[in-house]
Amino acid sequence: MGLLDRLRAGGTPADWEALAGRVPYGRFLGISVVREGDGLVSRLAFDEKLIGNTVLPALHGGVIGAFLETAAMFQVLVDTESEHLPKPITLTVAYLRSAGPRETFARATITKQGRRVVSVRVEAWQEDAAKPVATAQGQFLVPSAGL
Amino acid sequence: MSGSKALELIGEDLQLLVVHVPHARAIGLTVVDARPGQIWLRVPYADFLVGNPETGVIHGGVITTLLDNGGGAAVMTALEELRAVATLDLRIDYMKPATPGRDILGHCHCHKVTRNVAFVRGTAYHDTPDDPIATAAMTFMVGANRTLPGLVRGA
Repeated sequence: MGLLDRLRAGGTPADWEALAGRVPYGRFLGISVVREGDGLVSRLAFDEKLIGNTVLPALHGGVIGAFLETAAMFQVLVDTESEHLPKPITLTVAYLRSAGPRETFARATITKQGRRVVSVRVEAWQEDAAKPVATAQGQFLVPSAGL
Repeated sequence: MSGSKALELIGEDLQLLVVHVPHARAIGLTVVDARPGQIWLRVPYADFLVGNPETGVIHGGVITTLLDNGGGAAVMTALEELRAVATLDLRIDYMKPATPGRDILGHCHCHKVTRNVAFVRGTAYHDTPDDPIATAAMTFMVGANRTLPGLVRGA
């Protein structure tokens, strides 16, 4: 059974670590992913190199965008039949609060799954899940199976 | 548009527009050119910036960082005084994958500043903005907080 099949069947912590390890920029940022209930929770560990504003200090808006995009891609990959990482078509990020120098979490929800395009909503938070630091809505192209 | 305080302060040292940003340094982001309300930037290709190892294509998030950072800097160069700038909203559209092995260039244009909000369009490309990898529409809060960009070396 390949990694994707194992992840779709639940996956072990090592399987999820292997998934996160497959995206080089995600690994550089310090993104990991775990299964929690019936969804995934992605985690962005804090590191000085993620800072955008040193005075506040706050995480870079681009890092938050990259984290939301990656969290959405993991969810789409696991929820579809595709053997390949989904390709982002468009992503709209609303920055709600400045993200402080601490770990950040994200959860993605698929709002519509079409044959080629999957629509996803993602939310990122830090200490309090009820106070998101950013939300995003994105559309991803899913390379169809059997092509 | 009259004088840009940020451009006046940095003089010839254009890198001062981004060098105070740790994540910009981390991905190797540099400024190619700047003028009031506009900036051109570059991210050199690197293996650690890849999003899909099957293809070697740079992660979309790197382009988001390029355009978000460029957008903020474009707003700074558009203002007559130094103000804190924070991203409010960013929409990015990916038009084609970046070519593996090639640097990514970015251009951001702050085309409107109001009392509280600045509007920016950004384009990421290899050769010309007419053949984009991605485009972005961004809004920034102006005077978002009391922090000011450190536009001096060693700040």
